[in-house]
Amino acid sequence: MSTGNGETGQLLLLVATRKGAWIYHGDGERQSWRVDGPHFLGHIIHHLVLDPRDGRTLLAAASTGHLGPTIFRSTDFGRTWQEAARPPAFGPAINGLPARAVDHTFWLTPGHVEQPGVWYAGTSPQGLFRSEDGGTNWAPFSCINDDAQYRQWFGTVQDGTPDGPKLHSIIVDPRDAQHLYFAMSGGGVHESLDGGRTFAPLVDGMEVVEGFAVGDVTFHDPHCLRLCPSNPDRLYQQNHCGIYRLDRPGRRWQRIGRNMPAAVGDVGFPLVLHPRDDKRLWVLPMDGSDVWPRTSPGGQPAVYGSGDGGASWQRYDSGLPASQAWWTVKRQAMSGDREESVGLYFGTTSGELWHSRDEGRQWACLARHLPEVYAVETAYPT
Amino acid sequence: MRVLIPSALQSYTGRPWVEAEGASVDQVLLDLDRQFPGIRFRMLDEQRRIRRHIRLFFAGEMLFDPDQPLPADGELHIVQALSGG
Repeated sequence: MSTGNGETGQLLLLVATRKGAWIYHGDGERQSWRVDGPHFLGHIIHHLVLDPRDGRTLLAAASTGHLGPTIFRSTDFGRTWQEAARPPAFGPAINGLPARAVDHTFWLTPGHVEQPGVWYAGTSPQGLFRSEDGGTNWAPFSCINDDAQYRQWFGTVQDGTPDGPKLHSIIVDPRDAQHLYFAMSGGGVHESLDGGRTFAPLVDGMEVVEGFAVGDVTFHDPHCLRLCPSNPDRLYQQNHCGIYRLDRPGRRWQRIGRNMPAAVGDVGFPLVLHPRDDKRLWVLPMDGSDVWPRTSPGGQPAVYGSGDGGASWQRYDSGLPASQAWWTVKRQAMSGDREESVGLYFGTTSGELWHSRDEGRQWACLARHLPEVYAVETAYPT
Repeated sequence: MRVLIPSALQSYTGRPWVEAEGASVDQVLLDLDRQFPGIRFRMLDEQRRIRRHIRLFFAGEMLFDPDQPLPADGELHIVQALSGG
């Protein structure tokens, strides 16, 4: 399959949408952007990720509303794509548990720098998969997919998101390839210290919707989990029930979202961390009141940032619509770059792409009229 | 037999009509997959269930079972049922 006219260059924005993928090529100043796309027009692209280890392998998690899920791979920035020979797929029924089928691959994570070619994938319904050949062949990974306890924690389709329950936020500790995290909506946060052979929940301190049992992992709904690039002992989490920080080796999450303005609350999906400062992070709150509209609170979208690990928060809305803007941003649809003044980027449910070159102080619209944006990643090709 | 490929899967075959062999629905799909790698998984999940929006017809009859026998000659129509926006 061949689409687009990709080429190497400066910073890339990898934009995955409900109707295809786009690649935005930035100039050195992040002032102008050349658009390349659509790739896979009409396909649902859940995640588009560049391998930072080689700076040229792109993986796209794809499905359509009418066909089974697959993964496409490109090593020429989208000029040509090859389909995975063996996409993520569950095995036959074992352990007396019902057989399952992958509806879509939702999340892609490149493996540890010392394991070139290794990738991890999270699926809907919840499943963990691994490729050892750069995304061509995928196999179920670890015991969790067919473990009776994990099946219970996965819950049912009714317990997941409207698009199905998901395994997401797969994280590899940059110091140790054996140390892994992942999160599930629903099903909590989990950690492995043995390369994925076993996992255990890491949910202490996390809250659940009132009326559900906080001690039952099933009811924990982390929306987005991030590990600080500058301090791998620090994690932040945007949850269905608040914003949290965890400092290892501690095991108890602290709800730092309590420090957000009460009128805005601390519900949302995405969370972005500063590449060099473990106290600095950004979130994009949404309305999680009564029926959960999942829109910008009051129709006034804003990014909130903290420079002190969540002890205090500042509102960043300059340049964003001042009223009557009812979009929101999904968990994979916000990211940051590595520049001195960190650039922030997010894509909206209404198909707009916004960016800030100064850590959120000033925002500008980079693109309009895209399909609903599912994921935005930054990448540096080599 | 002749097999009609829906437009959504013609990125694999490059054309709407192809030839495939097999004594059952799944054997025909496996032969298609040998010729056009990846195409079967887009129609049949890993538990060999026909995916929700895929419809298969032989001689005007809708087929639901991947193990249903098929004669050597005839036309298998693979149709994509569209829904959603």
